[in-house]
Amino acid sequence: MDATMAMYVAQGLHGLAYGMLLFLVASGLTLIFGMMGILTLAHAAFFMLAAYFGFQVLQITQNFWMALIVAPVAVGILGVLCERFLIRKAHVMGHIGELILTVGVALVIMDAVKAIWGTESLYLKVPEYLQGLVSIGGLEYPIYRLFIIGMALLLLIILALILYKTRLGLIVRAAVSDADMVNALGVNVPLVFMLVFGVGTWMAGVAGVAIAPILTVFPGLADQMGMDAYIIVVVGGFGSLSGAFLVSIIFGLLSSYGVQFISQLAPVLMFIFMAIVLIIKPAGIFGERED
Amino acid sequence: MLLEVKNLNTYYGDSHVLQDMSLSVNDGEIVALLGRNGMGKSTTLKSIIGLVKPKSGKVIYQGKDLTGGHPFKVVREGIGYVPEDRRIFPNLSVFDNLKMGIKSGKAGQKASKSQWDLDRIYKHFPVLKERSAQRGSTLSGGEQQMLAIGRTLMGSPDLLLVDEPTEGLSPHFVKEVRDVLEEINKAGVSILLVEHNLKVAMSLANRVYLMGKAHLGFSGTVEELNDNPEIRAKYLEV
Repeated sequence: MDATMAMYVAQGLHGLAYGMLLFLVASGLTLIFGMMGILTLAHAAFFMLAAYFGFQVLQITQNFWMALIVAPVAVGILGVLCERFLIRKAHVMGHIGELILTVGVALVIMDAVKAIWGTESLYLKVPEYLQGLVSIGGLEYPIYRLFIIGMALLLLIILALILYKTRLGLIVRAAVSDADMVNALGVNVPLVFMLVFGVGTWMAGVAGVAIAPILTVFPGLADQMGMDAYIIVVVGGFGSLSGAFLVSIIFGLLSSYGVQFISQLAPVLMFIFMAIVLIIKPAGIFGERED
Repeated sequence: MLLEVKNLNTYYGDSHVLQDMSLSVNDGEIVALLGRNGMGKSTTLKSIIGLVKPKSGKVIYQGKDLTGGHPFKVVREGIGYVPEDRRIFPNLSVFDNLKMGIKSGKAGQKASKSQWDLDRIYKHFPVLKERSAQRGSTLSGGEQQMLAIGRTLMGSPDLLLVDEPTEGLSPHFVKEVRDVLEEINKAGVSILLVEHNLKVAMSLANRVYLMGKAHLGFSGTVEELNDNPEIRAKYLEV
């Protein structure tokens, strides 16, 4: 592989890794929206919180794998508690009430993080065997990013198997289009909501810990990833997992190739892409609902 | 008595859409709930199933108080609900739509007078078997209605609440839906039917309730209603 080609491939893999992490965050967001009709603004805050939890677990155990497993689970449990004891109570106030509540949760998490860990960037060290470069056909590429792609792919496959091969998945897919009707067919929808909320925040948590070694851990982490994830849900179509996946990968590639070719325009490329999609399809690429 | 609704009062915001609504369904009956548009017929069904919470009154089913319960809890007691606009899951196949009607866990094992499974549904609705792999959204209105009824039957209910099943259907499908409801009833399922097609309702029902604005106007047998042109004119004719 010549040097130029190697650079293209490396940027492509960078984009793929970022796109996969974006998908982990956006998939939970879009499922929660599809089922419950709310765009939870606390999602990005949970993503960031997991990175901090990951840092803390690593400090205590000195084990990266523990951080990658424990921190997202802890955040997932917080997500479940948040749904059960806050969002469900706000349900009677309608979507606006639920929305404002999630903003409140995000603010509390933001400030709590600053109060506990400060505002300095914290570093999360990966095990030695995940550091450094690996040579694939003449291309030197960071092992850790390949690991991210592999892990996200694995989660994606598990998620797809659950959604398309199990009864629970069937219920979730049905509830994304009409949760009230699922309830009226005898399914305990509040329980399913709680579960989806928990799994959604857990996946955001996995992304949070996974990205921490690359971006470091700092309070602004939520803004950076959060904005991208929200745009993905809008452009992919609210409630559409395939839309979220497609747009996540496109965004990942746009950001990595954008930096390489038109670096001044790179930050706005995804906004341009969003504008074009929404002009042609206001409900998003795979969006069906307009409400 | 299978279902007894006593003095239900339901509000949408400030508007009092059900005022002291009462009705009953006996085991094995088809009971029709009739009236002009906007009188509160659909709200009555929604208040029974729990999609709308009544402010006061009682919903008693097989002696058990189900008032204001979660829809899934009401449904697990043995009541099935076929909504007005069918509410097929458009993104799921016909087969998956039907599977959504199966109750899991204890509720699924509960004995009912009329047990339904996929084979039996396909026997009653051959068109659903032919189209089982198609997405729900690709079905015609009549086929979607069959699917909505079949999906609810998969839960083997003892009582079926059916809201405007013939609305917007061609005469061919109106007859099919009517006949299917009759067959289901003969199989042991009691039915509370909201229907604007008077001919269909009168040909099926044992008893009739007529609703005026938000409240009950008349109750009696089909024969009594037939013999009472004044009542018909007051509550049904435009």
